[in-house]
Amino acid sequence: MKPFIKKCWALLRQLSGDDAYERYLRHQARAHPGEEPLDRKSFFQREQERKWNGVKRCC
Amino acid sequence: MTTPIAPQGWPQRLLWLGIAITGAAAAGGIALNRGESINAIWFIVAAVCTYLIGYRFYSAWVAARVLMLDETRATPAERLADGRDYVPTNRWVVFGHHFAAIAGPGPLIGPTLAAQFGYLPGTLWILVGSVLAGCVQDMVILFCSMRRDGRSLGQMARDELGPVGGFAALLATFLIMIILIAVLGLVVVNAMKHSPWATSTVAATIPIAVFIGLYMRYLRPGRVLEGSLLGVVLLLLSVGAGGWVDQQPGLREWFNHPGLPLAFAVIGYGLLAAILPVWLLLAPRDYLSTFMKLGTVILLAVAIVILQPEIKMPALTQFIDGTGPIFAGSLFPFVFITIACGAISGFHSLISSGTTPKLLENERDIRMVGYGGMALESFVAIMALIAACVLEPGVYFAINSPAGIVGATPEAAVATISSWGFPVTVEQMNQLAATMGEATLFARTGGAPSLAVGMASIFASAFGEHLLAMWYHFAIMFEAVFILTTLDAGTRVGRFMLQDMLGNFSPRLGQTSWYPSVVLTSSLVVAGWGYFLYIGVIDPNGGVNILWPLFGISNQLLAAIALTVATSILIKTGRVKSLWVTALPLCWLLILTTTAVYEKISSADPRIGFFAAANDLQHKLDAGLLAPEKAAVAPQLIFNQQLDAWLAMLFVVLLYLVVGDMLRMAWRRQRGLPILSSSETPYVARQHLQVRQE
Repeated sequence: MKPFIKKCWALLRQLSGDDAYERYLRHQARAHPGEEPLDRKSFFQREQERKWNGVKRCC
Repeated sequence: MTTPIAPQGWPQRLLWLGIAITGAAAAGGIALNRGESINAIWFIVAAVCTYLIGYRFYSAWVAARVLMLDETRATPAERLADGRDYVPTNRWVVFGHHFAAIAGPGPLIGPTLAAQFGYLPGTLWILVGSVLAGCVQDMVILFCSMRRDGRSLGQMARDELGPVGGFAALLATFLIMIILIAVLGLVVVNAMKHSPWATSTVAATIPIAVFIGLYMRYLRPGRVLEGSLLGVVLLLLSVGAGGWVDQQPGLREWFNHPGLPLAFAVIGYGLLAAILPVWLLLAPRDYLSTFMKLGTVILLAVAIVILQPEIKMPALTQFIDGTGPIFAGSLFPFVFITIACGAISGFHSLISSGTTPKLLENERDIRMVGYGGMALESFVAIMALIAACVLEPGVYFAINSPAGIVGATPEAAVATISSWGFPVTVEQMNQLAATMGEATLFARTGGAPSLAVGMASIFASAFGEHLLAMWYHFAIMFEAVFILTTLDAGTRVGRFMLQDMLGNFSPRLGQTSWYPSVVLTSSLVVAGWGYFLYIGVIDPNGGVNILWPLFGISNQLLAAIALTVATSILIKTGRVKSLWVTALPLCWLLILTTTAVYEKISSADPRIGFFAAANDLQHKLDAGLLAPEKAAVAPQLIFNQQLDAWLAMLFVVLLYLVVGDMLRMAWRRQRGLPILSSSETPYVARQHLQVRQE
């Protein structure tokens, strides 16, 4: 039961974007090792700007 | 392995046979039932079985035989992975994102309005339309875009058909956006009209969103779940606070307004939301609306299953002849126009060719995300239809009929509606309004109040009768929150499109970050929908009668454009034998939109025909038959009717331009003449065939 709840929680966090920063850190470490990653605040600010430039919602 | 098209083994076969028989029995029961009342649970059973069968068999067949999904082929998310736009994502997460993006207020409002024909036409169209057309459109466009690195519908139209098709698709999308926002604004205005409770609650959602925006940016950056949870709690408190405001004699007058000032407030809000930074208002509002939407939809489904309400609406009403009070027009084509979202919605093709294709981890996920996502949205439409049909028909018509049709006084309205064979009394309506905490429920057009009454009665019977007024205003707040989100987001998208188009003439105006251009283009977009909203509010017949059909036509038209692009791609990639998968829905939409536009232009009935309405009003104005206040706005209404007629004709011209482009391409291909080659990205094998992050 416990792993299932854990999995659901992880899905919910991913779905809402709650874990976006952690995913970003993992991606940076894998794809651009050696580069200094953005801190949490600047990452989130950059992401929000980008996320809203396009068709996001419809009727 | 992809799902085999036919079930393997006897237990499987028996299971699917059982689902098919149950679904057919439920649907048959609904369709053939006459005279006796029918339980809402049968609608749920028929719908779920239809979606299961459609998903299990039709979508599997389309995936395997038409699209020929290839699990060994790398998706753009894998090939172009950049950790930002292109991210291989778990299919459940993609499904969630996709569903949250496609599900808006459309599937709630359309079925509510279409219930004037009775429960049967709407139910059948929602089920058949989604399984054979809407879900297929979403899935095929998702497929086409995924095979083209996630390109947008407009870009695909340009790449596959040429500049004419591309421009027509872009212009149609822009116009639809304007009409959509105007009609949604009208729905919110009508829900807030002379209701201090609703108005103060809706107003409170703005500072709440701003607070959450500040919270997620400065106090706790990026803590989305925490911030959203806090916001949802505040929203629920605002519903209670609105009730308190309504009780304060002085304070309530601050929020007690007729339609016109509220319309200007919505227009001002739209402009503000478009030029403020996204993190302050739009982003937090969107988080809140997504949570509210999912929560309320689940709650409604649970309540309907627990409560199993009886449907009070007849299967068919006399209004199938076109004399309906909520909107005029006969069953064909107007039920198919009124219910756009929920059966087939062109708007979805923008999402299916937007963010979603860039997230798919594996080609086979297209089936679940594209087909499954739309099936779930269609299910929301079925629930909205149930919420409208559990009301006494007399009450339903009293709430939704404009005063210009049934009479301005309560006595006149109940007399007219009762004379149609749907008995209702003034006392009954007053009693209902009092329990819902509203001054009146007569002529509250637009669908939101009647949906809220339906939802409130379902919620209250399932979870506590004494909270009716709370549930009603909760439902109004829920609708308003995501209508306003669509309004913000739509204005922003309209602005980007306009900047894109203007950028061809002046590169400076095309810069999305140049503030003067942002203000100018945002103002133009807001002025565009603000104009239609203003006319909708001053129209004595209720603007819904004009605006909703116009929105439905434009949405179906965008669907037709999307299906044309999809059909061209099927032709070019040699899938000619299974062309009918998109070509048949396309033909149906062509018949629908053409008939609807023809009727809207040429009908002699002033409630249907735009030109007829303009002439009718002109005659009355010339003969001096209009009261002074009506005569003052008559020239504007006349101009607007003519404008709407030309707009509808422009829509059809755009559609036939795209279809003509496709036919020209097909003809050239047939004759062996050169055509634009298919822009599909070449095959690249997946790197990690076995890896699947689950």
